[in-house]
Amino acid sequence: MKYKSVFDIIGPVMVGPSSSHTAGAARIGRVARMLLGGQPTRAEITFYGSFAKTYKGHGSDVATVAGILDFDTHDLRLKDSLRIAKDLGIEVVLRTSEQVTEHPNTSRICLSDGEKTVEVVGVSIGGGKIEIIEINGFDFQLAFHAPTLMVLHEDRFGMIAGVAEVLTRHRINVGHMEVSRRVRGAEALMAIETDAEISPQVLEEIRQIPHIMNVALISPA
Amino acid sequence: MFRNVAELVERAESQGKKISQVMIEAEIEVSGRTREQIMAEMHRNLDVMEKAVRRGLTEDIQSHSGLTGGDAKKLQTYMNEKPFLSGATLLNAVSMSIAVNEVNAAMGTIVATPTAGACGIVPGTLFAMADKLQPTREEMVNYLFTAGAIGYCIANNAFISGAAGGCQAEVGSATAMAAAAIVEMAGGTPEQSSQAVGIALKNMLGLVCDPVAGLVEVPCVKRNAMGAAIATVAADMALAGIRSVIPTDEVIEAMYRIGCAMPNTLKETAQGGLAATRTGRQIEAKVFGVPLT
Repeated sequence: MKYKSVFDIIGPVMVGPSSSHTAGAARIGRVARMLLGGQPTRAEITFYGSFAKTYKGHGSDVATVAGILDFDTHDLRLKDSLRIAKDLGIEVVLRTSEQVTEHPNTSRICLSDGEKTVEVVGVSIGGGKIEIIEINGFDFQLAFHAPTLMVLHEDRFGMIAGVAEVLTRHRINVGHMEVSRRVRGAEALMAIETDAEISPQVLEEIRQIPHIMNVALISPA
Repeated sequence: MFRNVAELVERAESQGKKISQVMIEAEIEVSGRTREQIMAEMHRNLDVMEKAVRRGLTEDIQSHSGLTGGDAKKLQTYMNEKPFLSGATLLNAVSMSIAVNEVNAAMGTIVATPTAGACGIVPGTLFAMADKLQPTREEMVNYLFTAGAIGYCIANNAFISGAAGGCQAEVGSATAMAAAAIVEMAGGTPEQSSQAVGIALKNMLGLVCDPVAGLVEVPCVKRNAMGAAIATVAADMALAGIRSVIPTDEVIEAMYRIGCAMPNTLKETAQGGLAATRTGRQIEAKVFGVPLT
């Protein structure tokens, strides 16, 4: 079941004109920004399929940049995102690709802030719902409709148990979990959707676990 | 959670509940939120819809491209000045549906129901029925839960976006959702709501998504208008006891198969249908300076 809530159908409240090409595009941009953990200095956006063909008419470029600026789908500043990004000194590069993707509305967003870089591939599946299918080359299928803990760690035994132990101690229930790696024995990325909000203290405790490289919390987009 | 319309209706009928009640209870169960939180969010959605309807009927709305805007007002003026042919409730639903979709095209604030491209039909029919049936605010919110329950079934068994399944998936879903909700508000049974879904959706099968210049304007605004009309008439037919020979879930399945068979040129790529007509291409060149393809 891709759609889990009545508010996936009656919602979101949004600035027009397209839920998949405007609201969905904005949400993918916003997830990318949250994964970077702050304002980028450069954003490279590649559109595929229907996004590539019709982004001008739907304002998908404007919406994606709005998401990268951390604007919600109903934020009235969405329309002015390109100018706002320019004023903030964010370099925006937009490309379209002829490459055939599994889903017609696919975008690839690469953000950098001079130190860190994050690359996200997202699809807008309709009605404003999105799925993130790739993060920094790791394959996923994440909807980000619950608080999601992202843990980058060395690919070795005991890592899942270590994180689970912290969550157990704080009585936080896991709703959905995915683990992805590019090759065996290098780095792996864990995505954990939780039922309860995660406090900064929990994040810090996870960060202290040996062999964990980075921890980020993504709130519902 | 119910998986299709048959399960939804079975749950409602066996427990003597309305579809909206079944949807609210399922939402409480799945989301872990309280009834008050869920009702508050839907009340907020209703408020946004009401503002969009009012804006579209009273303000001079025009989209950035200049292709759409002002038709909702035009229809209301006509209704006030001329002896119109079809019914007042029907034309109200049509004009209010146009109003919301015009506001959307002008980058105004709307609620996606289930999408922005089809955002006129559910609120348009709702506020037209509200004039006719004088429901409480609570009953108006319930209308949205009933519409949402049907949309939930369609979204999980087929698709709701033009890019995935053509306009039949987008305006078609919204029309079916509205038809079911009108039936419930008018005092019909859950089974009659289901029949209205079947009757409405079968009249949307095969409808392609061919937006001129890729804009959510032409033909989207007028398809929202006709979606509201079909939803209203389908509801009347179901309330009269007329049944869909093909069961509703099978109509949804047919919509899914037709959408899968539809070529990509007719799925929101602005490459086929009305978008590829001579005038469509001329508009595209005018709006963007160059053709899109």
